[in-house]
Amino acid sequence: MKKLLALLLALTLVLGLAACSSGTDTSTDTATDTGSTTDTGDTADTGDTADTGDTADSGLTPESISIGAILVHDENSGYDMAHIEGITAACEALGIPIENVTFRYNVPEDETCYDEAANLADSGCDIIFSDSYGHQSHMQQAAAEFPDTIFVACTGDTAATSGLPNLKNIFPYTYESRYVSGIVAGMKLQELMESGAVTDPKIGYVGAYPYAEVVSGYTAFLLGIQSIVPEAYMEVQYTNSWYDQVKEGETANALMANGCVIIGQHADSTGAPSAVQAAHEAGSEVYSIGYNIDMLSVAPDAALTSSQNVWSVLYQHTLETFLAGEEIPTDFACGYADGAQTISALGSSCAEGTQEAVDAAWAGLADGSLHIFDTSTFTCQPAADGSYQVDDEGHVTQAFGLDSDGDFVNDTGEAIVDGYFAESVLRAAPYFSLRIDGITELN
Amino acid sequence: MSTPAVHHDPALRIVKRDGIALWKNWLIRLIAVLFALILSGLFIYAVTKMNPLDVYKSMYDGAMGTSRRTWITIRDTMTLLCIGIGLAPAFRMRFWNIGAEGQMLVGGIATAGLMIYLGDSMSTPLMLVVMAVASLIAGAVWGILPALCKARWGTNETLFTLMMNYVAIQLTSYCVALWENPYGSNTVGQINQQTRAGWFPEIFGNSFTLNVAIVLLLTVGMFLYLRYTKQGYEIAVLGESPNTARYAGIKLSKVIVRTMAISGALCGLAGFIAVAGSSHTISTSTAGGRGFTAIIVAWVAKFNTFVMLLISLLLVFLEKGAKEIASQFNLNDFASNIITGIILFCIIASEFFVNYRVVFRRRKEVGPS
Repeated sequence: MKKLLALLLALTLVLGLAACSSGTDTSTDTATDTGSTTDTGDTADTGDTADTGDTADSGLTPESISIGAILVHDENSGYDMAHIEGITAACEALGIPIENVTFRYNVPEDETCYDEAANLADSGCDIIFSDSYGHQSHMQQAAAEFPDTIFVACTGDTAATSGLPNLKNIFPYTYESRYVSGIVAGMKLQELMESGAVTDPKIGYVGAYPYAEVVSGYTAFLLGIQSIVPEAYMEVQYTNSWYDQVKEGETANALMANGCVIIGQHADSTGAPSAVQAAHEAGSEVYSIGYNIDMLSVAPDAALTSSQNVWSVLYQHTLETFLAGEEIPTDFACGYADGAQTISALGSSCAEGTQEAVDAAWAGLADGSLHIFDTSTFTCQPAADGSYQVDDEGHVTQAFGLDSDGDFVNDTGEAIVDGYFAESVLRAAPYFSLRIDGITELN
Repeated sequence: MSTPAVHHDPALRIVKRDGIALWKNWLIRLIAVLFALILSGLFIYAVTKMNPLDVYKSMYDGAMGTSRRTWITIRDTMTLLCIGIGLAPAFRMRFWNIGAEGQMLVGGIATAGLMIYLGDSMSTPLMLVVMAVASLIAGAVWGILPALCKARWGTNETLFTLMMNYVAIQLTSYCVALWENPYGSNTVGQINQQTRAGWFPEIFGNSFTLNVAIVLLLTVGMFLYLRYTKQGYEIAVLGESPNTARYAGIKLSKVIVRTMAISGALCGLAGFIAVAGSSHTISTSTAGGRGFTAIIVAWVAKFNTFVMLLISLLLVFLEKGAKEIASQFNLNDFASNIITGIILFCIIASEFFVNYRVVFRRRKEVGPS
């Protein structure tokens, strides 16, 4: 009897679901249809406006545009907070009511991302952003299915090779703020060495994953430090996670135990600065350089500064182009010159003269006189796989721009231009993955 | 009948029920759900000052608002149910298989690996069969190992299966690094995105038909296996009392190993369904804690696979609903998880009132108050 009832209930449920779904089927179909017709209108208009230069009738207004945003964590993660603030500020600047933005939080980098993207497209979003690298391939699946919606995978790198006209990548020149935060660290290191408090100029770095985005960042960071203290060297340890408070703290502790004086990070939590603050309070001469958010709240004495991306600049540029009915560039990257890079307020522990050194570096970046990956400033061991060439002194003379498939054949252009490695030019996402001398990867 | 009230009788006593009418049984559960909704309603109002009905409506929208969402809910229900079905025989035998997470992951690894290496070399139906068999074997191996050690040396299966999870997670990390695409990115991305080789095909215009078909088949099959077969009976006897089972001439080690092979294999198959049927990628989050959630599914449903269907659906529904209210009302995920927690707590607590009744000194009452 019990069994029978359970069976019956289960059956009614399944049938009910089937009925439900077939019922909603028609309604969504019409919804999608109307969506696509208006959207096709848009694309047609886009073509026209691009020709005539008349942007008045792109069909989209700040009031009518609907935006989706897929975030890998929520506001508790500094990285995602930077994106939330970026979108919010961009919308304010463009007069887009914030109600037009649908945020989806804590979306893991798996099919859930596709589900969310498709749901947002279903609900009529005109443009959908995702903020984490691993979202990209699922965004690509959605982009193939919804050709009339624009999908922007922030920090992604395959838009150009995907062949999909509605898949875009945006990425700021993060290496610029990394370099400048390196100068702040270098000034502190110099002060510590002059006072005799530190004799071994060893830097530690808590990295997320061993790939170009991270490598590019920590190399720029060390080059910034070396511009002040040339003998500085660095140990990098990876956490294999973008956000892991505990692991990042443990990694920072391990690096400090190795004798690292300044701990930089490419990971999204406050784990490392908190650990450094604790060690600092316990009497060690250690300092922290953060990422994304001002770390002074968790490390008031140990935090020197944080390198920061101003995402609003990239969001605003993308949305502005979209609203104007123009074609959004497949890859878009910009840096300090456009206001997309900054560092957070200098901590009280910073060395004297830091602000002047920082200002000088920003000025050099703005007028183009400073090239961060100047090949004369670093050396590499000869490449085993032929992906780059070095001269007798170890300075790089030639390097692959993009080798996205890992077959050790250069897929696009030459990366070394006029004696420096031109980062984020061939595509938005970083591709500097040379391992320079002076940096040891511990795992 | 309760004893007559005497002077020293406490104000309220708890009495075990001998049996309960079916309608009463389900009425209690219904009341529990309603009570949970009222309780979470109060919570929602206290915290956000929003109309709880709006919040409930948006939960429904999140889970079943559109046909796509309904299908996603069904798809995830099926995956969770598949793990629950896999766990049922092991738990029925009182073998604490905490390792579904790992068994699912190794099934997923086998599937993803074959998807990558077989590529376009064979037709999709053949490839699906190969992948399914491989995932069944992989999961079975992960299940048999702790079972063998338990049968041979009496090791603690709770710890053993739990530890096997971590081995599987590390193995997955290794495979992700091995198969990463693009090179150096540490994510596998969608496998065969262009060719869709090894993906569940669309049947009757829906990509998840196969997920539903396989799991519903297993639902019926496991129900029959546990209720009406000799092996199912052996499992039940062994679970109730190993000594009785031994006395009845049941070979314990054989039943333990055989049952765990089935349990692990089905959890491995859940990995196959998750990889080939929905995510088309592999990562350490492929199982995503579902191996543990499925334990609740199996227990609350008391191993009745059809009730498991309901429980899985409820859990997935709540999860999707929680996500939706987090997005719509800018509530943090934690807030919506509290609502899920309240509802689950009430449902599990209602079991108490199914098994016991509360007797007051003066008047006699039955059920939750």
